[in-house]
Amino acid sequence: MTVVAAVCAVLLCLTGITCVIRIVRGPTMLDRTVAADVFVAACIGAIGVEAAINRHSNTLPILVALAFVAFLGSVSIARYAASQAIGGGSR
Amino acid sequence: MSLEALVDVVAGIFLVLGASFAFIAAVGVVRFPDVLTRMHAATKPQSFGLLLILAGLALRIDSMSDLTLVLVVALFQLLTAPVSAHMVGRAAFRADQVDRSALVVDEAD
Repeated sequence: MTVVAAVCAVLLCLTGITCVIRIVRGPTMLDRTVAADVFVAACIGAIGVEAAINRHSNTLPILVALAFVAFLGSVSIARYAASQAIGGGSR
Repeated sequence: MSLEALVDVVAGIFLVLGASFAFIAAVGVVRFPDVLTRMHAATKPQSFGLLLILAGLALRIDSMSDLTLVLVVALFQLLTAPVSAHMVGRAAFRADQVDRSALVVDEAD
């Protein structure tokens, strides 16, 4: 399990770093939204891996909350971008 | 090999596979050229990679109420990932941030 923990930690850290690179560069707001979604998925994965390796369930409510917040964030940014593109319409 | 050791090995394989899915998606998000192709890479870890990690987690914990919570996270992710991907894709299309020369068929036009 130590090997699994090390491999998962390296992979998820690299995921976070590459997502931040895309968030910094990403030409449009939607690119940044997509990268932020992957970042939150990596966070959920990291918390899940930690709970699985240490066999505890204290952090499971955080997983639920993160899943909610990621969904609300990307949907509201997408609606904002769409209404801006059309010119203030509420579609 | 005892049953517990076997379950641990399977859980470890699931966790590593899920983490590699997340990493592959991040590489795709950085390397692909426009929003739709980046979404193609990004939506895989949000559903399948996360399901793998949650399956590994479910194999390692044994109380029933915690399993229910894990199931709620998995179901919610499966429900919301397509919805948010649809919203982002439609916003990109309407805001004209899509490389239309790369589309073979454009039925939304």
